[in-house]
Amino acid sequence: MEANETSVPMKIVVAVLFLFLLAPVILVVPISFSGEQILSFPPESWSLRWYAALADNPKMISAFWTSLMLGAIVTLISLAVAIPAAYVIVRMRTMGSTFLYNLFTAPLLLPTIVLGLAILIVFASIGFLGTFTGLVIGHLVITLPYALRVLATTLGNLNLSCEEAASTLGGRPLTVFRRVTLPMMAPGIVAATALCFLVSFDEVVITLFLTGPRLTTLPVELFHHVESRADPLVASVSVLLILLTLAVVMIVDRTVGLSKTFVK
Amino acid sequence: MTAIAAPSVPAMPRLALGRTGTATLLLLPIAIINAIGFILPVLNLARMSFNEALAGGGVREAFTLANWTGLFGDTFYVELIVNSITVSLGITLATLVVSYPIALYLHRSSGRWRTFLTVLVISPLLTSAVVRTYGWIALLADQGPIVSTIAAMGFSPPRLMFNTTGVIIGLTEILMPYMILSLLAGFGRLDPRVEEAAMTLGAPPARTFWRVILPLTLPGIALGCLLCFVLAVSSFITPKLLGGGRVFLLATEIYDQAIVTLNWPLAATLSMLVLIIFGAALAAYARVLRAID
Repeated sequence: MEANETSVPMKIVVAVLFLFLLAPVILVVPISFSGEQILSFPPESWSLRWYAALADNPKMISAFWTSLMLGAIVTLISLAVAIPAAYVIVRMRTMGSTFLYNLFTAPLLLPTIVLGLAILIVFASIGFLGTFTGLVIGHLVITLPYALRVLATTLGNLNLSCEEAASTLGGRPLTVFRRVTLPMMAPGIVAATALCFLVSFDEVVITLFLTGPRLTTLPVELFHHVESRADPLVASVSVLLILLTLAVVMIVDRTVGLSKTFVK
Repeated sequence: MTAIAAPSVPAMPRLALGRTGTATLLLLPIAIINAIGFILPVLNLARMSFNEALAGGGVREAFTLANWTGLFGDTFYVELIVNSITVSLGITLATLVVSYPIALYLHRSSGRWRTFLTVLVISPLLTSAVVRTYGWIALLADQGPIVSTIAAMGFSPPRLMFNTTGVIIGLTEILMPYMILSLLAGFGRLDPRVEEAAMTLGAPPARTFWRVILPLTLPGIALGCLLCFVLAVSSFITPKLLGGGRVFLLATEIYDQAIVTLNWPLAATLSMLVLIIFGAALAAYARVLRAID
C-alpha cells in the first residue's frame, strides 16, 4: 500500500469535516429564500420576501452605502500612505527599516477588542466618536498593516535591474518610480486594494466601538440585528455580501492569482 | 519576514531635502496614523487601568491598583478568567482535532484539486464572522436541524445555543481555517518517503501516525494552537451572539464594561489581562518550539 494514498474512511472523515467548515456559510443561501416569519431551517415555504424586505429597510441600505464609501476611502488612503512607506522601508533602508516595519504592522498583533476599546477612549476625548473621520482612522489602523505587508513583499521580490537600467539611462528618481517601479508593483497593488477593501468592509469589532446612533456600518447593523431578533433578513444580506466578496476575490484571482495573495 | 531584506539601491531620490528628509516625509503619514490610532490609544489604555472608576461612568485620574486587586478579589472575575482560559483551550484542542485530517489531506493532494480545496478553506475567512455565527444560530437553534435530528433519534433534545456548548461549536468552526493554514505551513518537513519507509518496514498505519507523522508535524501544531488560542481568548462576535448574553468571557466582559456599564478603568484592566495572557501563550509557544528542536 502506498503510504500517501488516502484510505476511504479517511476520505469520508475529511468530507464530513469540510461540510462542518462550510455549513454555516452554505446554509444562509437557502435561508435567504425562506417564506417564514422567523429564522428556521429548513424553511417550510420559499419566497423572495426577505429580499423585498431588504429593499424596504432604509437602515440596512444606508449602512451598506456607509460601508461602501468607508471601504473605498480607507482603501484609497491606505494605498496612498502605504506605497511610499513600503518604498522607504524596502528600498531606502535608512533609520531602522525593520523596526519601522514591525512598528507599523504591530496593530495586527493586538486583538481587535483591545484595540477597539483603546481607540474608543482616545476618540471620546477628541470628539471623533460617531463621526466618519473617526471610522476612517479606526479602519486605517488595521488596513495599513495589511497594505504595507503586501506592498513590502511585492517590492522586496522585484528585480532591481529594470530600475537600475532606467536610472543609468538618466531617469530621475521620481520618473523611475512612476514609470518603472509602480507598474511593476501592479499585482501587489491589486492585492493590497482588495485586501484593504475587504478588511474595512468586514470590520466589525473596532467599528462597534466607534459607530454612533446615526452613523453605522453594515456589519455593525447586522450584528445588532442578529443580537436583537432572529429572522431571515440577515441571510439575504449575507448572500449579497458573499456575492460581493466573491466578485472581489475573482478579480484578484484573474489579475494576480489568489493563492499568492491570501495564503502568505 | 524575509520579504523586506532587499539589496542596496543606487537610485535614490535626490530632492532638495536629501535622503533622510525624503524618507521622513514619505513615512510621516503612516507614522501619524500609527501614533493617533495605535501608540497613543494603547499607552492610554495601559494608563487607564490604574485610574479610579467613579459611579455613573466617570473616571478620576489616579494611580491605584484597585482595579487589579478588585479583579482577583472578586470570585465572578476569577471564574470569568479561569473560564475564558479553559474554554479557549478546549476550543483550540477541538479545532486541532477537526483541522488536522483536512490539513493532512491537503498536504497530500496536488494540482487543481489542491487549489480548489485551498480556496474552500480560505473562503470562510473572507466571510464576516457575523454571517458565519448567524449560520450557526440557524443550525443550533432549539427547532433547528441538529437538535430535531437528535430528538428524532429518541434522545432528549440538548440545548446547543445560548450556552458554552454553542460558543465552542461556533468558534471551533470559525477558527478552523487559521489552524489548517498553520498546520500546512508546518507540514514542510513531512516527506511522503518517510511514511513509506515506516510502512515498508512493517509499521501499521496507527503506529506510523503516532511515531512518524505526528512528531514531524509538531511545529505546525504548535503554531496553529498558539494562533487559535490567542484568537479564541480575544474573540467577541461569536461568544456574544451564540452565548446570547449568558456566556461570560473576557472579550464580552470588556465590551459590556466599556459600552454598557461605562467602567473604562475595569475594561482597560481586563484588556491588559488579555495582553498578559497573550504574552504567556507566546512564552509557552517558544518553550514548546525549543523542546521540539
